[in-house]
Amino acid sequence: MTEVITDPTPPILLHGPSDKEKKYDRQLRLWAASGQQALEDAHILLINPGSGTVGVETLKNLVLPGIGKFTIADENIVEQVDLGVNFFLDEECLGKPRSECCVKLLQELNPDVKGDWFPKHKDEEIEQLLDGTIKFTMILYTAPLSRSRFELIQNYGLKHTVPTIAVHSAGFYSYFRIYLPGNFPIVDTHPESTATTDLRLLSPWEELSRFAASLTENLEILSAHDHGHIPYVALLLHYLVQWKKSHGSLPSTYKEKTAFRSTVAAGARTDTPEGGEENFDEAVAAVLKTISSPSLPSAVREVFDYTPNEMESTSSFWIIADAIKQFYKEHNALPLPGSVPDMKAQSTVYVQLQNIYKAKARQDVAEVLDTVRSHPKGNDVDVAEVESFCKNAAFIKLIRGSESSDVFDADIKVLADREFESDANASLTLMPLSLFPIYLSLSATTFRPTSNLADIIGTIKHALPDASSRPRVVEAAEEVARANGGELHNISALTGGMVAQEVIKIITKQYIPIDNTCIFDGITSRTQVLRI
Amino acid sequence: MSQPVMVSGSLSVPVPIPAERWTYLNNVLQHPGPFTDPDYDASQVADNMANMKLLVIGAGGLGCEILKNLALSGFKDIHVIDMDTIDVSNLNRQFLFRHSDVGKSKAEVAAKFVEKRVKGVKITPHNCRIQDFDDDFYMQFQMVVCGLDSIEARRWINSTLVNLVDEENPESLKPLVDGGTEGFKGQSRVIFPTMTSCIECQLDMHAPRAAVPLCTLATIPRQPEHCIEWAHIIAWEQEKPFPKLDNDDPEHITWLYKKALGRAAEFNITGVTYSLTQGVVKNIIPAIASTNAIIAASCCNEAFKIATSTNPSLGPEENYMMYSGNDSIYTYTFKHEKKADCPVCGNLARDLEVDPNFTLDEFIQSLAVRPEAQLKRPSVRSEAKTLYMQSPESLRLKTAPNLEKKLGDLIVDGEEIGVSDPSLGSVDFKYKLKFSKTFITPTAEVVEGNGKAT
Repeated sequence: MTEVITDPTPPILLHGPSDKEKKYDRQLRLWAASGQQALEDAHILLINPGSGTVGVETLKNLVLPGIGKFTIADENIVEQVDLGVNFFLDEECLGKPRSECCVKLLQELNPDVKGDWFPKHKDEEIEQLLDGTIKFTMILYTAPLSRSRFELIQNYGLKHTVPTIAVHSAGFYSYFRIYLPGNFPIVDTHPESTATTDLRLLSPWEELSRFAASLTENLEILSAHDHGHIPYVALLLHYLVQWKKSHGSLPSTYKEKTAFRSTVAAGARTDTPEGGEENFDEAVAAVLKTISSPSLPSAVREVFDYTPNEMESTSSFWIIADAIKQFYKEHNALPLPGSVPDMKAQSTVYVQLQNIYKAKARQDVAEVLDTVRSHPKGNDVDVAEVESFCKNAAFIKLIRGSESSDVFDADIKVLADREFESDANASLTLMPLSLFPIYLSLSATTFRPTSNLADIIGTIKHALPDASSRPRVVEAAEEVARANGGELHNISALTGGMVAQEVIKIITKQYIPIDNTCIFDGITSRTQVLRI
Repeated sequence: MSQPVMVSGSLSVPVPIPAERWTYLNNVLQHPGPFTDPDYDASQVADNMANMKLLVIGAGGLGCEILKNLALSGFKDIHVIDMDTIDVSNLNRQFLFRHSDVGKSKAEVAAKFVEKRVKGVKITPHNCRIQDFDDDFYMQFQMVVCGLDSIEARRWINSTLVNLVDEENPESLKPLVDGGTEGFKGQSRVIFPTMTSCIECQLDMHAPRAAVPLCTLATIPRQPEHCIEWAHIIAWEQEKPFPKLDNDDPEHITWLYKKALGRAAEFNITGVTYSLTQGVVKNIIPAIASTNAIIAASCCNEAFKIATSTNPSLGPEENYMMYSGNDSIYTYTFKHEKKADCPVCGNLARDLEVDPNFTLDEFIQSLAVRPEAQLKRPSVRSEAKTLYMQSPESLRLKTAPNLEKKLGDLIVDGEEIGVSDPSLGSVDFKYKLKFSKTFITPTAEVVEGNGKAT
């Protein structure tokens, strides 16, 4: 088998953190140095027509954590109305290009970030910026904008496989929609730490069983100290062996598990000063969570069921995914993550237990790596990537790409029917009402800087004849008309925060981005995520 | 419109701000929408906002955003309190501060920046603790918006605002808007003191992290955190390498880090790093600009709706929004119910199960970790007498002997006790103690006769 070197002891640095680590300390705890590097390598383009605030607020939240570079494309000249909504402009900016002024005030936030603006001269056209000379990591654009510009951006995204995000904020409403070119697989999804415990108590391997048996031998005559320090993993394994002896099979139904739990609880000694034993308490609490056969999470099944296209299939993600699929077929289990939660135990015993799990995890990685190496392109795959994939195997996620499409495409009707039907049952299901009417009303003004109610309803009616007379659609349209194309700073700041989180998730390939549209209602303070 | 009087030739006359600047705000202020209250009076709203005085508590990650947002929402008179100075690790999100501001007062730098950027807003900074002000100070505001990282400060302002409410005087009811974040997650909530669920009613939603038992640290460490806590709590006390531990002094953190490394090596534990040491010792919560932006803006959007009535706000019905950006975007907006036995805004004493065999000291310790209590320095009174007082020192000494006594000796089953903690304001937390077990009367104490009514 291929030799795997894991867990190299990291070099122990006795000097304190660098200046950069100090400045970014609070975020490095979320996305680590690898995520930070990805941010610093990124170049974001903001195409910023309209009232211009939501895009700039988004950039603020990207400049602060240290995005490499950003460019603002905006032909507007700063007017009085801008100073009432945009924080990154001041009195001295009046009459000057909005792009340049915003870039300068944004750059003040972080000297490590480069900012650029467009156009530099009056006669420069946006087509020149998007001719492919500059490779942007991602494009943000705000509505309303012209249809030709919308198409230009969509085409750039498709041609250069660059994610684009459309953002629209008006009055108390906003939405944003992410177009991912092609599929977007994520390994480092950062699941909740409570969800990741995987102890394989129903299918222990030999080393683990042996170790547990050695700790629980002559349980009755152990000293109070030893009895109270058996790690709960060993206790549960011990009682499972007993249970199987007397019942013929392992506890599987809820009823059996609760009965099993009582058996474990009865094993605790009560003649202690505390009247019980902490390790037994932990064992009892862990029964329902850990005594269950692992089932394949639906998100992982989706990855297994997907057939990557020719280009995808040579990427390391799909090579590893395929190796893990084979591993799963063979063992009916995913590779072991190998971590052990903290539990009452002697230090040496706990470390031994940890090592048993780690060794098994390494063995699983080695098996997956063998399969990877047998793939024609498998020699290029990084071992660290295989390890991280195996560790997170139960939590990998595939976000399907969204082909760029028109604002209202053919599928909108299907979606509308589903959302309206869900609203019709809302009083029974107690589900919050759909925010789809907000999306409809805002989208109806994508290509119009200002809109009255009749325009909005007319546009909706054109796409969805039945929807335009629904009271909730009319109300949303009235609210959009009320704003008359103007942004409210709070709504744009909030939306800019959400968009920035999504940009960070996509660039760092950590955590899970939305699929693919998020609607915000500033009246009821709710969001809804829909795939449109 | 009257022009400002020019006092001296060298002072420039402030240029009046053209009404055009607030076009977008006026779109919603001047035109009621489909959800606006039918009694909405567009002619009053501008005057109302101009006369309104708001208090912002905290000028950190949320506070910087809140000041910017309120200024651009059309509020003109804002006060801000923060006792902290600017640290380099603030610069990744507290966008009103620059490297050259490190060491200066957060409240002062933030106020000055926003005043300069947004013309026509007056921001008054207070570089001190919220506890330094009395009721009269808080009475002058119409609303309070909090961006804090401490539960204690939230509880203090909450109890202060609840106590301010005088049913005869509608002005005494100050809505409290509060935000909090951790990583990609956060929450915003609106409280109408005495009318809706308050911070204290919601306390158990923010349970403190379980502490590691001292014996684990001392004898059976298993995690890198255990080694760090050992260095922090035990080794430091034994060796006292510096007179007083300063969490912000890299030399002190390095000392703890090295100690923890040595401890980890002894027990074959991996994973002690400088960053983890700092995180554990300072209890660092990850924080990013984007989450602060979301939560602060949500708070300010609610404050704007409350102040203007342009649309219904959170508060009377739904009053709490949870936000999570870890896995897609998920929000949950709901009504947290007011609790009749809330120690701050309710009238009923809260039932609390206790083991009568606990000493008073053990009981007091347990109040610190109970999610619904979280009282760190409580003084305790029973119906009949004072059981333990933290201060003044003379009373503390006088009542200290009670700490060793069993609860069953000091109170009867079902008795009501009053608990106060000065760091949380002047409120008495009322608990009705219910005995969970039988009291095993130690003969020695009966002989002493500790006044137990039998």
